[in-house]
Amino acid sequence: SCSVVMLLRKNLAAAGPQKFTQEFIDKQVEEFEVGKRHLANMMGEDPETFTQEDIDRSIAYLFPSGLFEKRARPVMKHPEEIFPKQTAIQWDAEGRPFHFLFYTGKQSYYSLLHDVYEKILAIERHQDKMRNKGLFTSDTKQILLTGSRWLLKEEIEENLVENISVQDYMRLIQLMELLLSMPYCSLEEEFILKFRKQLEVQSSKYEIPALQYDPQGVAFSFADGRRKSAKASITLRDSGSGNITINGRNYLYYFPVLQNREQLMFPLLFVGMSGRFDIEGSVEGSGHSAQAGALRLAISRALLSFVSEGEVEKMRQAGLLTADPRIRERKKPGQEGARKKFTWKKR
Amino acid sequence: MNLHKLSSRLCPTVTQKFRHLQIQSRGQQLEAVGVETESTEQNPLSVFRTSEQDPTYHSERHTGQYYTLPAAHIQKLFPHGLPPRFQLQIKTFNEGCVMVRPPALELISYLKKADYSKPPLRYILYGDVGTGKTMCLSHALHYCYTQGWLIVHISDAHLWVKNCKELLPSSSRPSRFDQPIQASQWLKNFKITNERFLSKIKTTQQYVWTKRERTEKGQPLGELVDQGVNRMKSSSDVVGAVLRELRLQAGGATEGEGAFKLAVAVDGLNALWGKTSLKKEDRTMCEPEELTLIHNVRKMMKNNWSGGAILTALSQTGSLFKPQSAYLPSELLGEEGFDNMEPFVPVSVSNYNEKEFESCYLYYLDRNWLQHSHSRSEEGKKELIFLSNKNPSILERLCAFL
Repeated sequence: SCSVVMLLRKNLAAAGPQKFTQEFIDKQVEEFEVGKRHLANMMGEDPETFTQEDIDRSIAYLFPSGLFEKRARPVMKHPEEIFPKQTAIQWDAEGRPFHFLFYTGKQSYYSLLHDVYEKILAIERHQDKMRNKGLFTSDTKQILLTGSRWLLKEEIEENLVENISVQDYMRLIQLMELLLSMPYCSLEEEFILKFRKQLEVQSSKYEIPALQYDPQGVAFSFADGRRKSAKASITLRDSGSGNITINGRNYLYYFPVLQNREQLMFPLLFVGMSGRFDIEGSVEGSGHSAQAGALRLAISRALLSFVSEGEVEKMRQAGLLTADPRIRERKKPGQEGARKKFTWKKR
Repeated sequence: MNLHKLSSRLCPTVTQKFRHLQIQSRGQQLEAVGVETESTEQNPLSVFRTSEQDPTYHSERHTGQYYTLPAAHIQKLFPHGLPPRFQLQIKTFNEGCVMVRPPALELISYLKKADYSKPPLRYILYGDVGTGKTMCLSHALHYCYTQGWLIVHISDAHLWVKNCKELLPSSSRPSRFDQPIQASQWLKNFKITNERFLSKIKTTQQYVWTKRERTEKGQPLGELVDQGVNRMKSSSDVVGAVLRELRLQAGGATEGEGAFKLAVAVDGLNALWGKTSLKKEDRTMCEPEELTLIHNVRKMMKNNWSGGAILTALSQTGSLFKPQSAYLPSELLGEEGFDNMEPFVPVSVSNYNEKEFESCYLYYLDRNWLQHSHSRSEEGKKELIFLSNKNPSILERLCAFL
């Protein structure tokens, strides 16, 4: 998602020095807060606990718009998000720059490097003090870095409102790593975590279909799957013998092609329960390969309720639970098909 | 390796299955020592093979086991009879091995118990595509051959109702059509299979072929057959004559020396009553009735003679204008065929069960047919079971490229 954001963001540094003064933006922020409280009153809700989601909901209710483009609809957001971040004017009335690193060209970047080095020096001084006192230990509290990553070059550029090159970015990351390698780096934990971004945990997103029980006590579950306009829905029954019936016919006769049968086999073989289940499925639409793909997805989803947590993660990594997003590409005007062009005549 | 020699000294009846276990479970050698053979023969044998070559003595004990067809028998009995893929397999493995399966055993037991002074019983083998109907039929035919019966074997009736290059108007009857190539081909095969009978059986009436050619009464059957082979124009009528002679004389206890039992085997029975894809000269579709060969075979199918048995198998794969899901006799034969064939004894053929699949798998392993190392593991075996659903022909095709 951050790469999509990158595409949408314009090159902030190229916008030039600010078009809005800081007082203007402050005033906008004040007006936004007041407006938020008014809106909460209008909707009859508590102004103290009125979140951005509530604002969006209320605006969509009060100003219903039939426009297709979501970005063209009326929006009420914090001015920080609306007015792009921009550099303040960096020199005074006589033309003298405020920042001492102005003539380097990338003042924020170099000042950041200076800050990081300052912190390194501070930690070394702290280390020396501890050694003098005789309290020096190597196993101090370490910063937890799992589940997070360094900010990307584009994200740092956005924070600094400046363009930096790839080598500059690498240098910055090297300095941060150096800071991390020192034993007492936990003193600057807060500073470092500003440059790390949390990764989301992927596998908690899948909803496992409920396991139901037959009158005889046999467990079964339903699941659906889709691929390229083919829809499949299956019933997976436990304590079976590996029979698979699709649309009333045996899978050997419904899928004479080996590849499709292999697709059906893969989820069961991966989990190791090939002879255990009876599958009853119905599928419609599209062609034979897409139907096989849809059935495979449905089988994997139904298996989730019979399988342990670790296996779920393994299945996700094997790609069994991801719906294949590829669909038929649209034919464009001026071309034969989606990609094929008409014969090119030189004259 | 040491353990192998040790165990071969301990139990001389070391089986091939033991060897397979060794290949598969290199680490667990101890359990292999205790494995014993299932069959009670004395020579060291594998679990999936039996040394009983005579189909007469096959019983439930042998289900799932392969027996070898002697090469001489294959040449004589099945010049055209076996499915093409099986013929390739014989060539590759240098031996023709057939699995003993319950439908074939059932058929053979009926043949043993039947009363041959009464009209013949009609047996129809039916089942889904690729479950082994033709192979069961061949097994039963081998039994008949070893018992010394006369075999009339039409390997695929579908070949007579489609793809005929030459369709001549019949010489004897105006509304019928002859197929000289197919008829002479069949007569040649008939000659190879039943050589010893050709001199013993005599014709009961005179047959006039053209103004100059005729076969007198009392001539040996061999002459009749030669007449058909040499003179292509009248070969279809010769076929009809041969069949008629056999019908009249089968099981005839009156002629002591010429007594024989007749086995009529037709594969692809539904071709006789289905539609053809042949066209007459005026571009209309031919009916099966109008073909001499089909007409004569239909006459054989009626049980107005005695001293033999009619073994048939349905086949969807070669059939014309029938959906792929049809496999029951009523569906494939159609109303007309079903009425004609009633009453019959249906024998159903289905996919391999666990034991049969096991022995087929071991047979392929033994013949080094499964080259891929993964196919020798348990995982690979599970994959094979799933992908083929234990269907014999699909399994064979699958293993062909492994």
